[in-house]
Amino acid sequence: MPKILKPKEMNKCLGCFTCMTVCATVNQKNHSLIKSAIKVRTTGGMSSSYVAIVCLGCKEPACMEICPAYALEKRPGGGVLVKGEKCIGCRKCEPVCIMRAINFDNDTKKPIICRHCGTCAQFCPHECLLMVEAEEAMVHA
Amino acid sequence: MLNEKFIKVLYIDLETEKIRIEQREDLLKYLGGVGVASKLLQENLRSDLSPCAPEQPVVFAIGPGAYILPVLTKTVAMFVSPLTGELGESYAGGRMSMSMLMAGYDALVITGKAKKYSYLTISTQDVNIRDARAMWGLQIKEALRNIRDREHDGGLSAGKRSILCIGPAGENGVAYANVCVDLYRHFGRLGLGACLGSKNLKAIMVYGNRSIPIMDQKRYFKVYREIYKKCTATDNMAKYHDAGTPINILPLNKAGGLPTLNLQSGTFEHAEEVSGEVFAQKNLIRKLSCNGCPVGCIHIGMYRREFDKGHEYEAISVAYDYELIFALGTFLGIKSTDEIIAIIEEVEEYGLDAMSTGVCLGWATESLEQGYLTINDTLVELKFGDAEGYIKAIRYMSERVNNFYRILGKGSRHAASKYGGEDFAMQIGGNEMAGYHTGYGSLVGAAVGARHSHLCNGGYGLDQNMKEFDEDKFVESLLSEECERCMTNSLVMCLFARKIYDRQTILDALNSIGWDLSNDDLTAIGRRIYQTKLQIKNQLGFQQKGVKLPKRFFQTPSMNGKLDEETAYRLIRKYTEKTDELMKESYE
Repeated sequence: MPKILKPKEMNKCLGCFTCMTVCATVNQKNHSLIKSAIKVRTTGGMSSSYVAIVCLGCKEPACMEICPAYALEKRPGGGVLVKGEKCIGCRKCEPVCIMRAINFDNDTKKPIICRHCGTCAQFCPHECLLMVEAEEAMVHA
Repeated sequence: MLNEKFIKVLYIDLETEKIRIEQREDLLKYLGGVGVASKLLQENLRSDLSPCAPEQPVVFAIGPGAYILPVLTKTVAMFVSPLTGELGESYAGGRMSMSMLMAGYDALVITGKAKKYSYLTISTQDVNIRDARAMWGLQIKEALRNIRDREHDGGLSAGKRSILCIGPAGENGVAYANVCVDLYRHFGRLGLGACLGSKNLKAIMVYGNRSIPIMDQKRYFKVYREIYKKCTATDNMAKYHDAGTPINILPLNKAGGLPTLNLQSGTFEHAEEVSGEVFAQKNLIRKLSCNGCPVGCIHIGMYRREFDKGHEYEAISVAYDYELIFALGTFLGIKSTDEIIAIIEEVEEYGLDAMSTGVCLGWATESLEQGYLTINDTLVELKFGDAEGYIKAIRYMSERVNNFYRILGKGSRHAASKYGGEDFAMQIGGNEMAGYHTGYGSLVGAAVGARHSHLCNGGYGLDQNMKEFDEDKFVESLLSEECERCMTNSLVMCLFARKIYDRQTILDALNSIGWDLSNDDLTAIGRRIYQTKLQIKNQLGFQQKGVKLPKRFFQTPSMNGKLDEETAYRLIRKYTEKTDELMKESYE
């Protein structure tokens, strides 16, 4: 059964940003936060809650629908996989994601979208991020 | 700079409103952090001028590996201390080291005085000096919110910016005003807040969004994983996450090393009521991390304050730690966690160093008791155990409302020299004592430490670990630890992680990101940096033999029994002989 990433218990988040560091390291060979597919941030200063902005694994991905170049392919279990060689860098996928989980990489001119590889969950020290069975996730059926 | 063979320094002159970038190959031999910052301070300081003169530099630096290796989370600030008049050095966690790395600077050197009240924004492609006139006078939380709102960019940078800010105490030049970093962390000690205030600088925001390619991903990530595992899967760091540093209240109290009632005692009658355990049970609501640290040692405590009759409540929350509970709790005889949080809140909002504030108030309380001061000076009845009085005094201190508070704002050494009570003004070298009356280590360690902090050489740890007291070994241990910390602080690691980053780990870590260092190099770096610091102290007129230790240190028994005055001064002399030798060594 395919799994997807779920930021399930963000109430426990320490704000260490390890998830972003390892995501950018493993997926983009880069140290920068802007290269991470998962974005952890506060909602109004340090005393506010932390949230994780990341692909929720839509079953009917709006980003894929709007892509004119078939560069986003449906991922088993939910979400999409970016086919870099097909992407023309038009940025149409970016605004249609209502979770704002797509960010455009200005160096490669391609979108960075979570591929649910689970590296961030593996390194989350407080078990905020979990890999769950796709069915169990029950997101946006 | 990561992936480059130079240290990138951003110079900002507030006077001319011009900036300059230098790529300094020659600074690589100082590694980064405190090494680079010491050299930059030395190059730019003006020993002929007062600490708060516009020309004086304020230097910030991060280390190699900042943020990208676990627990290398801190930034060092160096300056001429308004409190001691000599070497100013302070560390803060939070988001700053990450933001500096992302922005693309290893070090900042800020000089001059802004024409009007201002705040600075530093990002990958821009540096701005912005109008802060309406913000002058604001307390910390409100000032931070204001900057977040004004610098709003649609949420893009939310959670990734670092904001440094001073409170009214810094604006008014209190010599132990701090700089708040991202609400919960601080450049606490030695008065950096007053330095920024003297530059008309209310705040500094740092944000970066540059791409930083990884050169050898395999090698880097292998080291990262190993260190990450040591931080999370072993008990090296467990105590810092669990109840945190306040867990030390009870053991230190039991051992008789917990400074209480202006060090009239080493044990506190009500220690059980303000222990780390009680804070955790009653007040702890959340734990947080500095960016790049998976440990999460920042403990947020809350209490419910009734601000009016008729069930009118508000929630007050602050970050608490051992040192704050000591300085604003046991040292002042405060016997409930809620009251300690209330005092911390006041210190936070006005932007004061918690330790110096508590110790200054301890001296003032006793001076009032003994008749060195009158109520006309203090304006409020300062009494051990009375939180309300202290809260008022903290406001008076920050706003420097009368001559007494103006004098107290220069520190306890200065105040005692004016009013008397020098024997119980608990400072060492002009810096107010830390929460350890453990023995010769805590006392002599701070006296000889480059910045007179308990963290210069960790003497309090030596008191707890040294099995048999041998004067020569003792002095040697202090010196070698001071040098070692100069090296580790050039990485600007969190000191809690010092057991994780042993020499081999440091070498593996740095060499995985492009350095080529040997164990001998690390030793030389540490000694080179310490030499630089001693030179700076010398330039600023510091004389070790001029350090006078308050009598009370020798009257109140320490954790290791009563300390002998003559022995303490002999240890200091022996240490000075060692540093004289060190200064003759060549590490160029």
